[in-house]
Amino acid sequence: MAWSKAFVRFRYHYLPDHVIGELLAKRWMDNLIPFASLVLVIAIFYPFVPDLFAAGQLSNLGRQFAEFGLVTLGLAIVMLSGGIDLSVGSVFAVSVLVGLICVNVWELPIWQAFIAVIAVGAGCGLINGFAIGYLRLRAFLTTLVTLVIFRSLYEFVIIDYSTAIVANMVDSDLWDFLGVGAVAGVPFSLIITLTIAFIWHIVLSRMRPGWRLQAVGGARRSAYNAGINVRRTVCGAYVWSGLLTALAGFLFAARLGSTGSDTGVGLEIQALTAVVLGGISLGGGRGSVAKAAMGSIFVLILTNSLITLGIGGAVSSLILGVVLIVAVYVDVRWLKNRHKLLNKVYVSPTYAGLGPAMDTSANSASPFAVNDKLRNVEIIGCGLIEGPEDVILDREGNLYCGNRHGDIIRFSGPDFADPEVIAHVGGHPLGLAFDPTGNLLVCIGGMGLYQVSPDRVVSKLTDETNRSLFSVIDDSRLRLADDLDVAPDGRVFFSEATIRYEMHDWAVDALESRGNGRIICYDPRTGRTRTEIRGLVFPNGICMASDGQSFFFAESWACRVSRYWFDGPKKGQVERVLENLPGYPDNINRASDGCYWVALLGMRSPALDVALRRPGFRRRMARRVAQDNWIFPNINTGCVAKFSEQGEILESLWDLGGENHPMITSMREHKGYLYLGGIYNNRIGRYRIPGADPNWCSLDDRGSPT
Amino acid sequence: MKRIQVTQEGVVFSLALILAVGLAIGLGKKFYDINNLVTLIRSVAILGMLGLGMGVVIIGRGIDLAMIATMVVSVSVVLVLPQASSNLPLALLIGLVFVLGIGLLSGVLIAYAEIPAIFTTLAMGLVVYGVGRSFFFRIDNLNAPQGYWWFDFLGHGSILTLPLGNGHAFELPAPIGAFAMLGLVLFFLLRWTRFGRFVYAAGDNPLAARITGTPTRLVLVAQYVISSVVAYLAGIVMAAASYGMNTRIYNSTMIYDVLLIVVLGGIGLSGGRGGIRNVLVGTLLVGVLLNGMTILDVPYTQQNLIKSIILLGALVIDSLINPRDEQTTQQGDV
Repeated sequence: MAWSKAFVRFRYHYLPDHVIGELLAKRWMDNLIPFASLVLVIAIFYPFVPDLFAAGQLSNLGRQFAEFGLVTLGLAIVMLSGGIDLSVGSVFAVSVLVGLICVNVWELPIWQAFIAVIAVGAGCGLINGFAIGYLRLRAFLTTLVTLVIFRSLYEFVIIDYSTAIVANMVDSDLWDFLGVGAVAGVPFSLIITLTIAFIWHIVLSRMRPGWRLQAVGGARRSAYNAGINVRRTVCGAYVWSGLLTALAGFLFAARLGSTGSDTGVGLEIQALTAVVLGGISLGGGRGSVAKAAMGSIFVLILTNSLITLGIGGAVSSLILGVVLIVAVYVDVRWLKNRHKLLNKVYVSPTYAGLGPAMDTSANSASPFAVNDKLRNVEIIGCGLIEGPEDVILDREGNLYCGNRHGDIIRFSGPDFADPEVIAHVGGHPLGLAFDPTGNLLVCIGGMGLYQVSPDRVVSKLTDETNRSLFSVIDDSRLRLADDLDVAPDGRVFFSEATIRYEMHDWAVDALESRGNGRIICYDPRTGRTRTEIRGLVFPNGICMASDGQSFFFAESWACRVSRYWFDGPKKGQVERVLENLPGYPDNINRASDGCYWVALLGMRSPALDVALRRPGFRRRMARRVAQDNWIFPNINTGCVAKFSEQGEILESLWDLGGENHPMITSMREHKGYLYLGGIYNNRIGRYRIPGADPNWCSLDDRGSPT
Repeated sequence: MKRIQVTQEGVVFSLALILAVGLAIGLGKKFYDINNLVTLIRSVAILGMLGLGMGVVIIGRGIDLAMIATMVVSVSVVLVLPQASSNLPLALLIGLVFVLGIGLLSGVLIAYAEIPAIFTTLAMGLVVYGVGRSFFFRIDNLNAPQGYWWFDFLGHGSILTLPLGNGHAFELPAPIGAFAMLGLVLFFLLRWTRFGRFVYAAGDNPLAARITGTPTRLVLVAQYVISSVVAYLAGIVMAAASYGMNTRIYNSTMIYDVLLIVVLGGIGLSGGRGGIRNVLVGTLLVGVLLNGMTILDVPYTQQNLIKSIILLGALVIDSLINPRDEQTTQQGDV
């Protein structure tokens, strides 16, 4: 038994299975399938095609990729916008023809020929774009028809010029350089294509036009309702496709110097296969330049190898057709099932054995013996606020709290009668603290650390920290800033409860009970934000200790309170202060007698305690049972406890019936009273502390360096 | 007062009439000669048959771009079989099995693997032709077997002969009969059978049809089986009429002509609309058009250009009559 327990602990400690879900959540995981198929096709053909990667072949492949890659990129752009462009093959042929006529027959300068070709390509794209974007025709059929139209035009024109093109070979260094030139062994055309691909990568991944394009492709209606000019965006995508295809045709013309009746025939199937194989979705909205590039290399290697092996056109088009079907099939399935798979594997509970909980039975001598001290607390603002996670009072005795609508609310003392919204911060305010200059600092779930100045101006202090080196999840953004306190030197220490879940999924994090949280320090003097402690189990409340060099912090699902020294001789050390609490600690605040208050937001239950020692059971539960039926922490009962700096529990305050305070997430002592907040409550409680200093204000009792 | 409704069908029919009258005036006897009119219908009978099959699929909100490949390859496979000359019915039966296989494969890929129809059939065209070209035939022209009177009749017989006096006779060619028969069968199938109503329901609103219990996947598979079989029948008629099969037809733009018929006739590409009558009207217009261009001696390339520009115009009209906008477009519906 002990052995198997040790094994489970060991296994969950060293096998990071939460990483699988985090990897799957990454967008670049989509590249896995195209990359694997690329490796596969190379592995298949490498033994049969002897000089697949010989220097000459490689340079040839590079030039082919330069042209084909541009066509694929154009098609990829169109498909990202949710359309399709089958006319690329014909546009390519027309561009080659125009280029050759300009250069060979009319003997125009190269730059003029270039402009002519680009203009023709963009014009063809504009026809498609106008019909599909503005007249809203179906992309597939429209481009199928323009494919025939452009092809007919090509065949119409080539009759008159084919002999003239072959007869007049121009002698232009630039033209030759475009076709066969190389810089440091790299084909010049390849350099052009790679540059364009890089620019498009930046545009698609980091710039507004690219995002709009993908927004239109991903969710046309939402994009329209968000104010994006859908028609212009769609039209633009086709123009770019025509333009890039024309450039490819120009490079082809420079390389080969001739054109035949089969130029560009079937190119659209090849490009389509490449794009779909690369993992660019047919519906639009998902894809990248890298995927298009991988797909085109795949298709080029496939077709080149088939030609080298002497396999005829019909068979190779048969293979291409099968590859296309398989690629679309995989794409459709991946798109449909990816999030299901992600849902199944993302939740990854770990071993979280807790020690035996302190006794809470009513007649015991335990400090946690239940009582009804909070039964008769005064109620403030009942029904006027929703979700005051934390409460705070200023020196004048005004009460501040947040609500779930994203407001900061002030109840003016001493009667706390009229609540007033003093600021709208936009997210659910969790922890509250005053800094020495009187600004109200707020931790906002999902947003970060914000400040409300006395003249009610809301400003962001920080919403990101340094990214961890080996974290798969991008943990630089703050997902769930929870509670904070201000050090004597002005530094703000705040907790982020979890980096894996959003605020409303806090219960799923409880199910995992892994060290997903951290404590972060914001230094207003430098404006820098650094992560102080990582790997904490839902770190929640933070409160400065009296020495001014350390703070207490609560880890909810670990049921413990620890102390961390950020300065002084013990800098960097963590000491456990309270362990095996009977419930889940939330906020911590100072008491007038030099002790500390801690709120327990919910109580442990034997069933969940057993489940926490059985990660496999919890994982099966998360996969097979609806979320409503999971074992959750019991948050219907809670209490407030007082502990000394040495880690001794002095007393606890309960409302056993839960009539006034079913759950307590925070409490604040002020002038002899204790004010109680709860994240799911619609009220604030006020409890008279017997024997407390009636003049004590927490703002005047900051820890000071000793 | 009842408002006169302008339907695409009506517009196309009048257009066909105007064009016919125009051609009749312009070309005179050459066009309106009764035998030319019969030739006209005969030349488009095969196109019309293909259009009927395509129409069924499009009503079900699909498309079958592999019809030409199916037609060419299945008939060619039949013609290269050793049984073709000794026992043609058996060979035709083998061909039918082959075609059923193609239709089933497309249908399963579309209905169960959920690959968009347009891609499945595009790729299936390549696959079918590739299979035929690499495993069954290598030459372009395959000759039809001789000595089967019914096969010969199918291509050149007359199902109705009316003497016109002065030695001439009006003959209604068998391909037209085949076209009419197929149209009649499909009309009854679509109009009077449960399956037909399912096709309309699934085409009009697939999700609603599925929720109300229509076996949409099976209906989808059946559609592609039907279109493949129709392509096969059209191929048989074609082989009978032209004494063989030219496999290069696969490379032509015939599939656009078929689409032209269906879209011009007024079967909405968004499914659930139209019927056999629309295909007939579309066939009429395309027939007049092709016939006129042939009589006028328009080169093949220009014919393609004109046809595709007309098809583009038809698509524009289709989108004006069945408008789609950002609020109604189905995501991923290219």
